[in-house]
Amino acid sequence: MTFLIQQTLIYAIPLMIVALAGVFAERSGIINLALEGIMIFGAFIGVLFVNIVQQTDFFMAAKDADNYLALQGLEMLAMLAAAFMGAVFSLLLSFASINLRADQTIGGTALNLMAPALVLFLIRIIANQNTLQMASGDAASWFMIKKAMFGYGRTEDMGFFGSTFIDKTYIATYICILLFIILSIILYKTRFGLRLRSCGENPQAADSLGINVYKMRYAGTTISGALAGMGGFVYALTTSNCMATGDVAGFGFLALAVMIFGNWKPLNIAGAALLFGLFKCISASYSSIDINGDGVYMLANLGISVHLYRMLPYLITLIVLAFTSKNSRAPKAEGIPYDKGKR
Amino acid sequence: MKRNRLVTLYNMDATRTVLASLISILIGLAVGSVIVLIVGMSSSNLSAKSTWEGIRLVLFGILSTGRDAAGSLTFGFNPTSVGNMLFRATPLIMTGLSVAVAYKTGLFNIGAPGQYLIGTMASLMLALGIPTETVPAGIVWLIAFLGGMAAGAIWGAIPGLVKAYLNINEVLASIMTNWIAANLVTWAFDVSNFKNVVESTKSAYVYKTTFNGVETPKFGLDQLFPGSQVNGGIIIAIVIAILMYVIMTKTTLGYQLKACGSNRHAARYAGIKDKQSIVMSMAIAGALAGGGAALYYLSGNTEFYWSTYQSLPDTGFNGIPVALLAANNPIGVIFTGIFMSMLDIAGVQLTALTPFNEYITDVIIATIVYLSAFSLVIKMLLNGRKKHKAAKAAATEESGAETTSGEVAAEEAGKIPDEAPDGTDAQPAAEGKPPEDGAPEKGGEAK
Repeated sequence: MTFLIQQTLIYAIPLMIVALAGVFAERSGIINLALEGIMIFGAFIGVLFVNIVQQTDFFMAAKDADNYLALQGLEMLAMLAAAFMGAVFSLLLSFASINLRADQTIGGTALNLMAPALVLFLIRIIANQNTLQMASGDAASWFMIKKAMFGYGRTEDMGFFGSTFIDKTYIATYICILLFIILSIILYKTRFGLRLRSCGENPQAADSLGINVYKMRYAGTTISGALAGMGGFVYALTTSNCMATGDVAGFGFLALAVMIFGNWKPLNIAGAALLFGLFKCISASYSSIDINGDGVYMLANLGISVHLYRMLPYLITLIVLAFTSKNSRAPKAEGIPYDKGKR
Repeated sequence: MKRNRLVTLYNMDATRTVLASLISILIGLAVGSVIVLIVGMSSSNLSAKSTWEGIRLVLFGILSTGRDAAGSLTFGFNPTSVGNMLFRATPLIMTGLSVAVAYKTGLFNIGAPGQYLIGTMASLMLALGIPTETVPAGIVWLIAFLGGMAAGAIWGAIPGLVKAYLNINEVLASIMTNWIAANLVTWAFDVSNFKNVVESTKSAYVYKTTFNGVETPKFGLDQLFPGSQVNGGIIIAIVIAILMYVIMTKTTLGYQLKACGSNRHAARYAGIKDKQSIVMSMAIAGALAGGGAALYYLSGNTEFYWSTYQSLPDTGFNGIPVALLAANNPIGVIFTGIFMSMLDIAGVQLTALTPFNEYITDVIIATIVYLSAFSLVIKMLLNGRKKHKAAKAAATEESGAETTSGEVAAEEAGKIPDEAPDGTDAQPAAEGKPPEDGAPEKGGEAK
């Protein structure tokens, strides 16, 4: 059970935070199809940052001295770097779709094509292979929160709560959850959030009330880019051992689906992300999931092909969308370039 | 007189579309060169010489003939490269057509990779599964090709169906069907007996179709371009492109599809079955992508890596830039498809001859797509220049051209408000049109 919860969270958290990234863009009126590309770019920047900073004397010494605080700080700095560059990368989309009033779907697709190409081009030149890894060690030994940090011995039990939510987790997970809550509150309970949402519903009315629609849309896509970039790094850190490969296995698109399934509302999105995280987790590690702890791997014993499990998240998404799309209500003005001269 | 004719040519919308695409290409190539330059300058391992070689290969890779005895790059007509370029252009033209046809109906077919994979599966299984002892190889080839198209059509129809009847965004549905296809194809080949067990190093691949004696006829092209993989597929692809042009511009079906793309609601009021048109358009798109896969893998000298569940074929995605660069014109797709595969060849040469790698060509392609997103703006700039020169006579001519095609009208409508603030050239008639840039049905819902 502990394993199942931890694995589900690992998949659900990037989905959740990237889906929220989509919400911020779409609520301001910009379709951000580029989530996947920004994730790829963010993952690359984060891993590159870790790779470079790891080699400095300070962090080498910190690692040798088991200075957990410094290492967690490095993880957070890398998240920040990924978020910052994700935001910068997303400016390409903002500029095209806000200032130049370009087709947002095509602009997003361009970024999705650009990110893996650019990232792989640079990785090949930096690392002389198709993956960029940490300079030394692995993600688990550098960044994972372990019992030892809280003074527990190797054999001591932390209890269900401790072993599920503290031992062998990443602080990134909790930062993402915290950010998710804070940003959801900002979106719904502050003046800024209200203005942002109004730009996605009726920009003309918003403009007539003195809100700068262009600025709000820039804010929306930039926050979106930052979150997606960070989500990309969190994905790389937690699921692929802090490795950048120019690929996030369609997670950005899955996040878009989560966003639509969650009806553009944060709470529903959190639920949807957990559901998809569960299916993703089942497809990735169904053979080692022991639900009731009796040593029997039920899902592996069902005799269902591994390929079906791998297909499941996408199949379920499509089916779920089929049932929910009738009620889904997208922001009214999303995808329509705003033009002051038009009524 | 001659000058007048040139002005008329320049004022034609088609000319400006071509010019906008050419400008996109030039900027894309420039961006690629600049990136090579920056990387070359900032990396201590790379000399200025290899940077300069890299830039030359980015621009003229198709003409590269390797290195001479002294070690410097040589350029000239390289029949192998040109032949391979035509061979690789074949599936690109087909997926480009796929995206273009869907786009004309107002649908963004990002599902081409999935349709391509399903087409691959169907045509390979048919080509390898039907025994050539009893059925002539030519017939098997035809069955496999048509089978690939049919399978692609079915796969493409799924996002069309859910879009038309369940109102699921076709982009999302396509992405999901892409990954389902990737897993399905891996599954199907995993349990099949088409995995190459004869050559021990090729176990991750499916047999070549020549294993069963099936291959695309060469039509003498291999004589023209010795040493390359080229075959008759490119001719078939060009014929299909011309066919699509005729269907889209000269038939009722094409008119209905385009009407749905311009304004779905208006089309419905005019008695066109909009839902059926959407499904039809996606099915045609799927058939084209599937056919492209069939042409590529039935050539007999290509191998399919069957364990593809973690990746989608680039050829499918590259259909998007091919179509966008051609402004969704089926004839234009032929040229942009060949151009894309030319970049591809340049990337191969770049990897082989310099420390740089082929991904720079993907960067160039991405830049071009990015620019084509606002090709309207580029066209507008061209318009602006024209207006200073040719003044009003041209403006009236242009407004006449606007009404001829729904797509053009929509594009123009997107740009008109831009000019409204200065008020001089704004045409009130066009101003009232909805700002539907490529996503007309969305604009409709908003009202």
